[in-house]
Amino acid sequence: MFLEQLKRAWVVCKKDIRIYFFKAPVLIFGILFPIFLFLAFGIGRDLSVGDLLPGMIAIALFFTSAAIVPLIAPWETRTKTLERLVSSPILISTIILGDILASFLFGIIITVIPVIVGIISGISIKSLYIFIPGVLLASFCFSSLGSLMSTPPSDTPANTNMISTVIKFPLVFISGIFIPLGDIPVWGRVFSYISPLTYFTDLVRFSIDKKNYFPVGIDFLALFIFSLIFYILAVKLHQRNIPRRI
Amino acid sequence: MINAIKVEQLTKKFGNINAVDNISFEVKKGEFFGFLGPNGAGKTTTIRILTGIINATSGKVSIMNHDIGRHKLEAKKLMGVIPEVSNAYMDLSGWINMMFQGELYGLHRKELYALSKELLIDFDLYSRKDQKVKFYSKGMKQRLIICMALLNRPEILFLDEPTSGLDVSSTFMIREKIRNINSGGTTIFLTTHNMEEASQMCERIVIINKGRIAAVNSPENLKLTVKKLQSIIVAFDRDMDKKSVYSLPGVKDVEKVGDKMRIFTEIPGELVFHLVDFARENDLKILTLNTLTPSLEDVFLKLTKEGNG
Ligand SMILES: Nc1ncnc2c1ncn2[C@@H]1O[C@H](COP(=O)(O)OP(=O)(O)OP(=O)(O)O)[C@@H](O)[C@H]1O
Ligand SMILES: [Mg+2]
Repeated sequence: MFLEQLKRAWVVCKKDIRIYFFKAPVLIFGILFPIFLFLAFGIGRDLSVGDLLPGMIAIALFFTSAAIVPLIAPWETRTKTLERLVSSPILISTIILGDILASFLFGIIITVIPVIVGIISGISIKSLYIFIPGVLLASFCFSSLGSLMSTPPSDTPANTNMISTVIKFPLVFISGIFIPLGDIPVWGRVFSYISPLTYFTDLVRFSIDKKNYFPVGIDFLALFIFSLIFYILAVKLHQRNIPRRI
Repeated sequence: MINAIKVEQLTKKFGNINAVDNISFEVKKGEFFGFLGPNGAGKTTTIRILTGIINATSGKVSIMNHDIGRHKLEAKKLMGVIPEVSNAYMDLSGWINMMFQGELYGLHRKELYALSKELLIDFDLYSRKDQKVKFYSKGMKQRLIICMALLNRPEILFLDEPTSGLDVSSTFMIREKIRNINSGGTTIFLTTHNMEEASQMCERIVIINKGRIAAVNSPENLKLTVKKLQSIIVAFDRDMDKKSVYSLPGVKDVEKVGDKMRIFTEIPGELVFHLVDFARENDLKILTLNTLTPSLEDVFLKLTKEGNG
């Protein structure tokens, strides 16, 4: 039964890819927004590509992987496709997993872009054996966070987009993206510890030039724990709220 | 023989509202079952519980002997569902929608292709299968949703007001198809607020009002009740005594409604002529004259009165 539900999650994921990868809000909040954010805070501070690249990769993955999944639940509520989906023989956790999977893939695909920018500028990612699993785990983690943000039973994608932006935006500034963690005052670092983005940025820094702050094991462990919490919470809250959406 | 659907003391509360209030009924395998009630009666709520979309507050539902609370997935595999307000994915083509639905039920590719083609041809959609659903008409969308619900060859088909808002020809086609599906052995659970639809299509009808079962009825009996409750509303320029019109042929009962009279009859067409003659003989002018088909409310009142007395 587990395998069967996993296959169904893939079916849901394929549907999501077909429908949501090219929606305007996804392109705006998932791609344009992080580019502007990056330009506004990263450029013009006399930093080299090498200094900027970890932040670029972290922002790209963070915003793109959390861009699609908050839209799906309100969108399907509004377009009245949810009730039929829920009437089919799949678990709600399967639907959620499928949605997260679509977001996960989108995040990974888009993250390739800054990696290529880095390569063109002569900066390669040396520790791929850390980088690749790090990207996979973080993409799942951020997508689950995205799903969690879409649990309020709204039928307006703009609402969940707002919630997700309000949560995502501050995280960017406390996660060691523009300022390395070591340079943040100690009281500020306390906030960094509660942001999953911190641990991913740290992994990217390690992968490029080993300028990490935490041990790599801690980064992975933290991302894993955050993923677990976000996924379980998202499933629980969706299970409670989906009947209210219908 | 086991029942296709068995409902025992089902209740659903939304806050203080009892949307469904302690109802019990059974649907036999292969039966064409109708669930008739006015707006807000609890039809959609009931169907959503039976199809495992929402949970009941209390009570028990078995679908082909699977408890919907405990064996939801097994039960869902046996049914096709056409919700009241529902859509296919607008941004996908009809064909891709069929593929998606089939894969959700784990159909194999070859079987899925063949069955999708067969269904889309049967429902007159095949030539438009590669077009996005957003360009379909309302009737086409509804037909597509029915096709999607049939992909898993369900043993029970749930339809929540499947023809509401459709024109005559689409309605006719859909009713015809549902009848054929039922002839093939599929149990049908149909909700409607349309008495004519219920009496035309169903073998047995449960009438629900305010979350409670008001009556269990056969279509013949329902038709008969409807017939008995037909009436004519008439107003003359002078006040007339009720008794004077009683003697006209076909009059069953007369009620005064303000300055008008409501005359119950099973033959409204003929009675109109008698009323015109009556007016002429008594030198009366007819100010208004309307025939009235009974509302669902009238029928309830009548049936529940009969049930009690
Ligand atoms: N999610 C909900 N939250 C609160 N109340 C609800 C909810 N769904 C239905 N109700 C209430 O339950 C009652 C029954 O509603 P239901 O939709 O089942 O009626 P219905 O028979 O399908 O009516 P219609 O013919 O209009 O479709 C109504 O009073 C309705 O307002
Ligand atoms: Mg309804």
